[in-house]
Amino acid sequence: MSEVSKLLLITFSMIFTENYVLVQFLGICPFLGVSKEFDSCLGMSGAVIFVMTLASAVTWLVYTFLMVPLGLEYMSTIIFILVIAALVQFVEIVLKKFIRPLYESLGVYLPLITTNCAVLAVTLLNIEEHYNFIESVVDGLTAGIGFGLALILFCGVRKALERAKPPKPFEGLPITLVAAALTSMTFMGFVGIADRLFG
Amino acid sequence: MNPVLIAVIVLGAVALVCGLLLVMASHFMAVPVDEKFLALREVLPGANCGGCGYPGCDGYAKALADGREEKTNKCSAGGNEVAEKLAAACGKSFEEAEKRVAFVQCRGEIGLTEKKDEYQGTKSCQAARLLFGGDGACQYGCLGYGDCAAICPQGAISLIKGVARVNPERCIACGQCLGACPQRIIALIPFNAPVKVACSNKEKGAVARKKCSGACIGCSLCARNCPAEAIQVEGNLARVNYERCEGCGACQGACPQKCIL
Repeated sequence: MSEVSKLLLITFSMIFTENYVLVQFLGICPFLGVSKEFDSCLGMSGAVIFVMTLASAVTWLVYTFLMVPLGLEYMSTIIFILVIAALVQFVEIVLKKFIRPLYESLGVYLPLITTNCAVLAVTLLNIEEHYNFIESVVDGLTAGIGFGLALILFCGVRKALERAKPPKPFEGLPITLVAAALTSMTFMGFVGIADRLFG
Repeated sequence: MNPVLIAVIVLGAVALVCGLLLVMASHFMAVPVDEKFLALREVLPGANCGGCGYPGCDGYAKALADGREEKTNKCSAGGNEVAEKLAAACGKSFEEAEKRVAFVQCRGEIGLTEKKDEYQGTKSCQAARLLFGGDGACQYGCLGYGDCAAICPQGAISLIKGVARVNPERCIACGQCLGACPQRIIALIPFNAPVKVACSNKEKGAVARKKCSGACIGCSLCARNCPAEAIQVEGNLARVNYERCEGCGACQGACPQKCIL
């Protein structure tokens, strides 16, 4: 498989077939928490894309040049959490200083996803799949886009839910979870397409 | 070397490097923050209600710090206490904050008025009003689907007998319900307002009375009995001028409909 088609496969599967939220059920907490308003959806998606891409790059470098030579592969989870948390804090400071508008639009959401499980999963799966540097970065970027897509789609579903009148025991979170399950089922339809397209 | 020792050392080293990096970053790239802004922001209650006319407490504090805003008594949520502290922080003389409260100008409870048709659509006043001006017999009154209650950040509005009622103890006078009500029957009145007209119907007396037995019929008895000339009847509806009202309560006694509370 050529490099380009492999990148395309990663892109397609991360956004559709292997979507972190709707297929792998990671990062459900921000998915339910921030999907009420469209504006906060956009902010959160932006922050997730940003952090996932950066974290993929940095953790790949840390893993390859620090952990493999020292034989510490089994420590990846704890070291990645540490590195990602520090990275997000660092990026926040840099943004605050140099790119004020970006800081103000992402600011609230950055600390929220410091140690989010979806972000950690991206970096760990990069290692598990033996991706090279470019592939890891693309994987992080597209996983973030997939997260954003799920968030924005679900925001629309929730807007419709607000006008619906479910039975009393289903009001609030229960009906939201049912709706999330239905949204996730639509994404199950993509399974199998990716391999045929790019395989 | 012991593998456990290596793991501990590496993890410690990574943590140390990250920590040092963050310390240096926060030291060298610190953004100077306006001290005055911080002090003002500290005083404000943080309700972010927008009652002052700025987007949240941050906005008001910023405007005060920059000198764009002169008045220190705009925070309706904080009242006098906050106004005093803001004035002290800005070096201005203290002006009393006018404590206000939202009031629903309708008393068309079930029993006093009726529904003219049965509405089964979305439970929203905005939607109900689109259909022939709402389902109430009185087209001016409270529709009772609670758009105001839904937007109230303090949970101060509840629906009692089909009419929205404001809990004055909780209301912070942010004014969001005023915009949310499609009938535009909620007003901000002084917190200690002695009298208030609980009706918004502008139809002629006989018509209004037929639709709601608690309606203002525009008879002007209140205006004639008011010693301070604080009540005016415009478009068959009495309205109190609170700058003049002395709170004698003569209007309440005079009102044949008992719609002055």
